[in-house]
Amino acid sequence: MAAAAGGAGQEKQLAPALLSFFIYNPKLGPREGEEEKKILFYHPNEVEKNEKIRNVGLCEAIVQFTRTFSPSKPAKSLHTQKNRQFFNEPEENFWMVMVVRNPIIEKYHKDGKPVIEYQEEELLDKVYSSVLQQCYSMYKLFNGTFLKAIEDGGVRVLKERLEKFFHRYLQTLHLQSCDLLDVFCGISFFPLDKMTYLKIQSFINRMEESLNIVKYTAFLYNDQLIWSGLEQDDMRILYKYLTTSLFPRHIEPELAGRDSPIRAEMPGNLQHYGRFLTGPLNLNDPEAKCRFPKIFVNTDGTYEELHLIVYKAMSAAVCFMIDASMQPTLDFCRKLDSIVGPQLTVLASDICEQYNINKRISGSEKEPQFKFIYFNHMNLAEKSTIHMRKTPSVSLTSVHPDLMKILGDINSDFTRVDEDEEIIVKAMSDYWVVGKKSDQRELYVILNQKNANLIEVNEEVKKLCATQFNNIFFLD
Amino acid sequence: MSRGCYLALCARPVQFEKANPVNCVFFDEANKQVFAVRSGGATGVVVKGLEDKNPISFRMEDKGEVKCIKFSLGNKILAVQRTSKSVDFLNFIPDSPQLEYTQECKTKNANILGFCWTSSTEIVFITDQGIEFYQVLPEKRSLKLVKNQNINVNWYMYCPESSVILLSTTVLGNVLQPFYFKGGTMSKLSKFEIELPAAPKSSKLSLSERDIAMATIYGQLYVLYLRHHSRTSNSTGAEVVLYHLPRESSCKKMHILKLNRTGKFALNVVDNLVVVHHQDTETSVIFDIKLKGEFDGTVTLHQLVLPARSIQPYQIPVAGPASVTNQSPVPCKLYSSSWIVFQPDIIISASEGYLWNLEVKLEPVVNLLPDKGKLMDFLLQRKECKMVILSVCSQMLSEPDRGTLAVIATVFDKLNHEYKKYLEAEQSYTMVVETGQSRGNPLLKRPVRTQAVIDQSDMYTHVLSVFTEKKEAPHKFTIAVLMEYIRSLNQFQIAVQHYLYELVIKTLVQHNLFYMLHQFLQYHVLSDSKPLACLLLSLESIYPPAHQLSLDMLKVL
Repeated sequence: MAAAAGGAGQEKQLAPALLSFFIYNPKLGPREGEEEKKILFYHPNEVEKNEKIRNVGLCEAIVQFTRTFSPSKPAKSLHTQKNRQFFNEPEENFWMVMVVRNPIIEKYHKDGKPVIEYQEEELLDKVYSSVLQQCYSMYKLFNGTFLKAIEDGGVRVLKERLEKFFHRYLQTLHLQSCDLLDVFCGISFFPLDKMTYLKIQSFINRMEESLNIVKYTAFLYNDQLIWSGLEQDDMRILYKYLTTSLFPRHIEPELAGRDSPIRAEMPGNLQHYGRFLTGPLNLNDPEAKCRFPKIFVNTDGTYEELHLIVYKAMSAAVCFMIDASMQPTLDFCRKLDSIVGPQLTVLASDICEQYNINKRISGSEKEPQFKFIYFNHMNLAEKSTIHMRKTPSVSLTSVHPDLMKILGDINSDFTRVDEDEEIIVKAMSDYWVVGKKSDQRELYVILNQKNANLIEVNEEVKKLCATQFNNIFFLD
Repeated sequence: MSRGCYLALCARPVQFEKANPVNCVFFDEANKQVFAVRSGGATGVVVKGLEDKNPISFRMEDKGEVKCIKFSLGNKILAVQRTSKSVDFLNFIPDSPQLEYTQECKTKNANILGFCWTSSTEIVFITDQGIEFYQVLPEKRSLKLVKNQNINVNWYMYCPESSVILLSTTVLGNVLQPFYFKGGTMSKLSKFEIELPAAPKSSKLSLSERDIAMATIYGQLYVLYLRHHSRTSNSTGAEVVLYHLPRESSCKKMHILKLNRTGKFALNVVDNLVVVHHQDTETSVIFDIKLKGEFDGTVTLHQLVLPARSIQPYQIPVAGPASVTNQSPVPCKLYSSSWIVFQPDIIISASEGYLWNLEVKLEPVVNLLPDKGKLMDFLLQRKECKMVILSVCSQMLSEPDRGTLAVIATVFDKLNHEYKKYLEAEQSYTMVVETGQSRGNPLLKRPVRTQAVIDQSDMYTHVLSVFTEKKEAPHKFTIAVLMEYIRSLNQFQIAVQHYLYELVIKTLVQHNLFYMLHQFLQYHVLSDSKPLACLLLSLESIYPPAHQLSLDMLKVL
């Protein structure tokens, strides 16, 4: 323990961590001695079989027991000193369980002996419940429902799919940096004037016409959404995939500039900057594979399986989704590249230009004076001036974690009641935290004003609403 | 009906007694009247105009063969030329002296080539030695010379619409001298030379009046020169050269219309189109100088707009009581050698006794011009274009001739460009009037709304609402078309009417595309308005988020 080398009184913080994650279905092994059959996936896999069975059995029992008290809302989490368990039943009888270790403070006595202190109240139920729900949504986006897998090829196929997906996915969870934004799982929309928006509409419609096998299209700029042909819930999870996984993976060649070696590997195209983020890397290579990720949408209704083609030119990215029964050929990809590439390049620079003009007019290029998080449940619109940048590994926030926790607490309060309300909290060291809920919208503001009183804080928030959200209807 | 005939003779021609040894027929281009003079006028003169229902008929003494006969404007005074030295006058003003009076030309030894009335009491004699401008004093039964100019004249031409007389001068005849008449004055415009196709071998008249025409095209006066194909030059055929003749500056060669054929031609101008009739093939072609041509730095070369077609077959109506019998109408011989063509749009068959206006039919054009963008450019310049344009729009939105979105966008942009021009003119007019700057500005006129102004209500009523109701197209296409129209309006900064938004919302709601609607509202593509907010509020029961959307809208309002 290198850290232990420090002097007395030093302390070390250990972030929350994933202890285990498993999926089971009690109906698959109802008889004694067949318990193992219930388990569809278990992480870490190295755990001894009987312990797996015990843990699953315990969860089953807790859920069953608590159901007696609340038949309509089964237990969502279990708090213990060392960890917290989260339960989720995304499909009937299919249970997902995530066990998270509480954060730890390691203190050292003068004698050098470490004392471990679990922080039982640090984790927010809503944040991690949401993370667990997103695990399912993300699985479903790329694999379809659990039930569908069983219909396709029985439990074996489902197990294979779960193993294949979660093996990789769990490594990207980063539980230490989950916060209120994970609860919202919102969509950041790109601010745009009407005319440019209509141009994009026109572009999308024409592309769908020329590439007639395209079923849905989504358009993003600067990792922010502008248009979605998918329904809201499907877009929500696809957006998360694009912005936290696909786009960050492709950021490097773009930053590398034209003459860098990374860039040189990409197919040289002088007419436009378009390229595929999924699918073929080099269109000139006759052997190029045209394989695109498959996604599943509208799983409650029409249950559609689609190829996801993501194509990008400068900061503009378009997702073309085509029915999985159609196999996109290299010819199709070349056609797409030749039609979409030049037009998207022009459009991207139009958007950039227009965006800069609008910024200059509205004067919003100045640093925002307020730290706030805004979320609208109706359109999932999310805006945060607290989070600097989302990277695949961490989301950097510019405020103290304690303040983030207050935001989470206020949010939990809001969830409990249906009425509109406003909560103002005086936090440590001159910080004020204000939460406002109006109809479907939630706004959280962090103010740092010396010796401010309640009235002044209230005035400040009103000012913010008037400047940043002037076209939004907030109840006073 | 033969297909694609885009030219037609008018249905109600002026009918007159055929020319024959005892009946001479004259046409006056200024009043557009046909004179049928029987036996030198002794047994009657019948004058028929295009618009007048009642022909004027009278008798006059037979004082010899009539060479030319014309009324002054308003049919006030009749001028008759019987000799090459003088013109006789007869008043048709009530209570004025009824006796004929005569004016000889002032220049000695000159022969009168003809005369033109430039107003109700002003007349110009054109002689082989010059031009004489007179004021007629009907009460005094005499004329007063206002101005004259000596110049050798081969032939002359008069354009009554612009009050310009063109004189052919010099030995070759290719130097043209225009004169302009207005308010009792005669002004000489700068002369210009017509470039002949090849240097003439001998010094003889090389430019015939048959090859020259004058007409107003898009408000500008042009001299049209039919340049025949010459074997020495390597041209592929005859061409029409258009010289622009402005009142202030000198004449300039502007356009060349390539005919790509040779033979006998005749020119008309109809609805700002130059029509070239070709007798050998019995077909005609049209040119539109506003359409894009090939500009070589000084002159624009134009190719045919449409393939050559004959004038629509014409049945001569069987006149009078004969029509009661089963007699079938007689087909009229088109492109007959007895046809005489006058500017701008008149065709006369002296042997059959008919005068027609030539008309352009727009419906056949639609199928002859597959390029919809070019078709719109063409149609938007035509007088009677509105219903044809609207039907083209409807056609391109439905099978089997459904256009691509790119084509539809081009058409919408062209329509809205024209629409915006009108709105701007209207707006600046209103502004001038409201700020009181209109006083003392006689040039200020309310902008005319031509048929080419296709506004949102036209599109809504005739095209878009019908199209969305038919529901034959996939809803994706329907919405794409509506958005394309809204995009085009926005691009031209035209405020979109709320009924278009309602149409979009209705279509989206019908197909349960609420999330799409939602996104449009989020980006204010469907602009905020009270009616829209109320419409949204009414959707709350089927789509709960509409509640928030409508409240936001009401807040902004």
